[in-house]
Amino acid sequence: MIEMKLISKRFGKINPMSIDDFLALDGYKILKKALKKDKLDLLDEIQQSKLRGRGGAGFPVAVKLMALAKESKQPKYIICNADEGEPGNFKDRYLMENDPHEIIEGMCIAAYMTSANKGIIYIRGEYNKAIKIMKNAIVQAKEKGYLGENILNFDFDFDIEVRSGAGSYVCGEEFSLIESLEGKPGRTRVKPPFPTSKGLFNQPTLINNIETFATLPAIIEMSGKAYAKIGTPSSTGTKLLSLSGNVKNRGVYEVPFGIPMRKIIEELGGGTESGKKIRMVQLGGACGPIIPEYMLDMVIDFERFEEFESKTGAGALIVIEEGHDFFEILKKISEFFTHESCGKCTPCREGNYHLLKIIEKFINYEAKEKDMYVLENLAHVLHHTSLCGLGQSAPTAIISALHYFRGTFQKRIEASLSQEDAYAKN
Amino acid sequence: MPKIKINNIEMFVETGTTILDAAKEHNINIPTLCHYPDLNINSDCRICSVEIIGRKGLVTACSTPVYEGMEVKVNSPRALNARKAITEMILANHDANCTSCVRNMNCELQRLADNLGIHRSRFDSVLNEMPLDTSSYSLVRNPNRCIKCGRCVDVCANIQGIGVLDIMGRSRDSIISPAFNKALTEIFCTYCGQCSSVCPVGAITEKDDTDEVWHVLDDPDKHVIVQVAPAIRVSLGEELGLPLGSIVTGKLISALKMLGFSKVFDTDFTADLTVMEEGYELINRIKNKGKLPLITSCCPAWINFAEHEFPEILDNLSSCKSPQQMFGALAKSYYAQREDIDPKKIHVVSIMPCTAKKTEAKRSEMSINQEDPDVDTVLTTRELAKMIKQMGIDFNNLKESKFDKPDELTSGAAIIFGASGGVMEAALRTVKEVLEGKPLKRIDFDSIRGSETIREADIEINDVQYKIAIAHTLSSARKIAQQIKDGVSPYHFIEIMACPNGCVGGGGQPYATSSKLSRERIQSIYQVDRLMKIRKAHDNPAVSNLYTSYLGEPGSHIAHKLLHTHYHQKKF
Amino acid sequence: MSLAEVLNRFPKQKEYLIEILLEYQRQKSTHSFTESELKEVAKYLNIPESRVCSVVAFYSFFSTQPKGHYVIQVCHDLPCHLNDHFDLLASLTTLLEINIGETTKDGLFTLEHTSCLGHCDKSPAIRVNEKIYGNLNLDKLKAIIAECKENGHD
Repeated sequence: MIEMKLISKRFGKINPMSIDDFLALDGYKILKKALKKDKLDLLDEIQQSKLRGRGGAGFPVAVKLMALAKESKQPKYIICNADEGEPGNFKDRYLMENDPHEIIEGMCIAAYMTSANKGIIYIRGEYNKAIKIMKNAIVQAKEKGYLGENILNFDFDFDIEVRSGAGSYVCGEEFSLIESLEGKPGRTRVKPPFPTSKGLFNQPTLINNIETFATLPAIIEMSGKAYAKIGTPSSTGTKLLSLSGNVKNRGVYEVPFGIPMRKIIEELGGGTESGKKIRMVQLGGACGPIIPEYMLDMVIDFERFEEFESKTGAGALIVIEEGHDFFEILKKISEFFTHESCGKCTPCREGNYHLLKIIEKFINYEAKEKDMYVLENLAHVLHHTSLCGLGQSAPTAIISALHYFRGTFQKRIEASLSQEDAYAKN
Repeated sequence: MPKIKINNIEMFVETGTTILDAAKEHNINIPTLCHYPDLNINSDCRICSVEIIGRKGLVTACSTPVYEGMEVKVNSPRALNARKAITEMILANHDANCTSCVRNMNCELQRLADNLGIHRSRFDSVLNEMPLDTSSYSLVRNPNRCIKCGRCVDVCANIQGIGVLDIMGRSRDSIISPAFNKALTEIFCTYCGQCSSVCPVGAITEKDDTDEVWHVLDDPDKHVIVQVAPAIRVSLGEELGLPLGSIVTGKLISALKMLGFSKVFDTDFTADLTVMEEGYELINRIKNKGKLPLITSCCPAWINFAEHEFPEILDNLSSCKSPQQMFGALAKSYYAQREDIDPKKIHVVSIMPCTAKKTEAKRSEMSINQEDPDVDTVLTTRELAKMIKQMGIDFNNLKESKFDKPDELTSGAAIIFGASGGVMEAALRTVKEVLEGKPLKRIDFDSIRGSETIREADIEINDVQYKIAIAHTLSSARKIAQQIKDGVSPYHFIEIMACPNGCVGGGGQPYATSSKLSRERIQSIYQVDRLMKIRKAHDNPAVSNLYTSYLGEPGSHIAHKLLHTHYHQKKF
Repeated sequence: MSLAEVLNRFPKQKEYLIEILLEYQRQKSTHSFTESELKEVAKYLNIPESRVCSVVAFYSFFSTQPKGHYVIQVCHDLPCHLNDHFDLLASLTTLLEINIGETTKDGLFTLEHTSCLGHCDKSPAIRVNEKIYGNLNLDKLKAIIAECKENGHD
């Protein structure tokens, strides 16, 4: 079996509303172990694990943890980013709905090793069920002494608050999220400074994806070195993958890095439901590249994403079978970014709309050769000049489509020309 | 100090310097658009994107600090292409009918497009026409020209502490507007015009009243006179190609005469008058235990602010009109009588560094005959510069002229009104000398000069210590007003100016006004003051003459009728 | 609970703006705020009204336009699009006899687009007020609408 259930081991086996179920399956045991250890030792374990952020950017987690640990200014905040909103991704929802306490345990360990005392879980507003479950889990954890003052009789206080988003995908970006927590529109901030030095209320803040926190207990348990042996050298450990689109078994699967995509789609996904051939796959989510079927033997790891200059690694696979209109697919992706751009910086605010308009020209058989060049040029401008990850990764699908499916664009241009000719003659 | 390279030029730069500043120090001006001195670095426009060798993507020069070994290419093909594409995107969502725009030939977007060699946008126009806000006398908002740089939001919220404007919506639907998309006249806008001063394009501008002035100058039936504020003479030159801080009084008067004004007068004259009326008002309040602290009232944006947000302290305000309005009232009474002209035929124009003065002139209290405004038209420094250019006047080569007699005599105390702290100093020069009954040991009150937004000092008069305060920007005004509202104000006399550094930093001043530029203008103002024969208001014989021949004495019945006013709480 | 009662549950600090709006909106059957309500919030938190308006205009949850009792949000992103075999949006517009962005005459339903709901494993999906329904087909859709009609304005 290609699955490896490190952080999803309790999925489907426990009632998420019951802390006793969690405790019965080794819940909070690792926290107890961690609180006895030296903070520097714990940080070292994470460094040895070479863990990279699980939210999409793939930034080395140890670097952030150490940066926060070094800060002396209090209070320090630990923010868990559960604002999952990228099309194709639902793994964070699964985590919260299936094993909420694992997240709390991970946040506690992170707080302890960085000497932070305040935690916030920012959950997108549409996840009403997950919000309820997390709030309940926190209450239960507090009752049993796993949160609050003097946790498990150690000289360590940590409390967590659940905060809700209000319908904005961009609030998954670290500073946009922080702005949202401060009661403002979710428009990102200029970096530097970074959140670890000036974050929430200008205090030192660690902000990581929910899956990242859920991974910390597993690393502490097996040791960083052992964790680093799993996966590939550049991408250690396992990843929760959201599999969706035209596959039989849509869902979340935990696999080590380094497995070829085709294996995941066929063995775990069961191939296409309709029996039709796969035409292409969008990798990572709406922010990711579109790759053709013949590349599906490629393995999933961060290095692969970097080849596409894509920062995604949120781990979604959207399978697209034959028969869908190619440009409608690009339109769906483009519409998403046009709608969700925060509007702060010019290239993203204005550029996404122009990208959409050009794609619509292709859909309406009005596109000319020059439109393709403008599309490509503009996509790169957004990629290079946007202020935050949203604008930088919004054009990735278009850039990859132009690279791998250039013929499709050319054909449409030719078809548009002949249609024009046909109209002219009549 | 890190060693870096910009365009292959090696340089040593202080740690923490941004690429933009490092380049500037070495005479390379990287193009910017949303960047503005004194405001936050928002890094919104992305125009200043540059390439760093070895790094993917581009970075913005305004927000990226240098590091050892950094190699920057300002105009790499990638950076240039990006800059052009972004500018074209802005143009595609912009009403680019430049010839019908107040900012034509003086617009940052035009300059940028020209610098980049853009003649046409590669993108289709995506502008959704929106209605203009022309409701107020002072400012016009045109959302079709807005490039969403956010400077206006920043200056209104952070420097002025008011927050009239904010960015509403997301993505392409983002527009900058007041709450509930209301008109400026329906919300607490003070018309200070700082937004119009920092706007890079024609999205917020002063209401253009130049056409009205051209029209009336051509009317043989009208006697058109003009008064010139203290700040104009050290600022106008910049708009006409002269160095910063040039003192252009003589040429300014000649230009005004060439435009066709029958008489050119100096608002400084009524500034001296304001000192007399307000000085005696202060003396009275101190002697008779009247309401203290007394606060100056010559700044109309401050008055608007107080009427909106601090109606409880309206009794603390001086009842004196501003020098502009005192002039208007006298023009249509004393002057009209003296010259034997029907006041209805007199059209008073004032040249002000201020946009709020346009609304001040239209206040119902500012009309002694209850029908016509005492001041008919207000033009900003920028509008006057435009008129001079429109007339084709070769400003630099004009001969010097003097203000028209007999009211051309003014004091140095009047001219310093243009600087933050100037009104206070002018008043103190008179109050201290009058109360002590002997000449001042030192005319300059150095202890109250400076650039901090709130300054305080102890002034000794007749062995008694009086506490005074000076505030500029409305966020400082708010702090002072709140103290008074809370009953804990330690001051006797307060000067408040809404604009940063006083009127020299006014909303109607030349574009790209910043604290640095304002301070240069202030140096020139103090220089003019030092060189004047008369330096105190009460020494001005023209002012004494006005009292003996017409007003009687400061605070007299007729002085109250013409030169004083009252305020009221503003509600919607 | 009145707005004043909701406000009093929060400290007078501007970072609670979104919390307050979320809390109060839950009780509003029109899923929207009036001008006077937003002014009251601005006053309570001592922040400019323009800031409150800016937040309301930014977040999709908030609105100043009154909506129907049931706000039906249709996900229009890629995974739902790929598994939409019966044209979900067209079915809804036919069933409700309104277009996207409109409200039925009886004030019961408003139809809106939404971005990905994070239920791609159950695509196509819709959100009706706080509930998400997935694995939709025409029959399920009809049943959801019927249930809403039965519950009416409760």
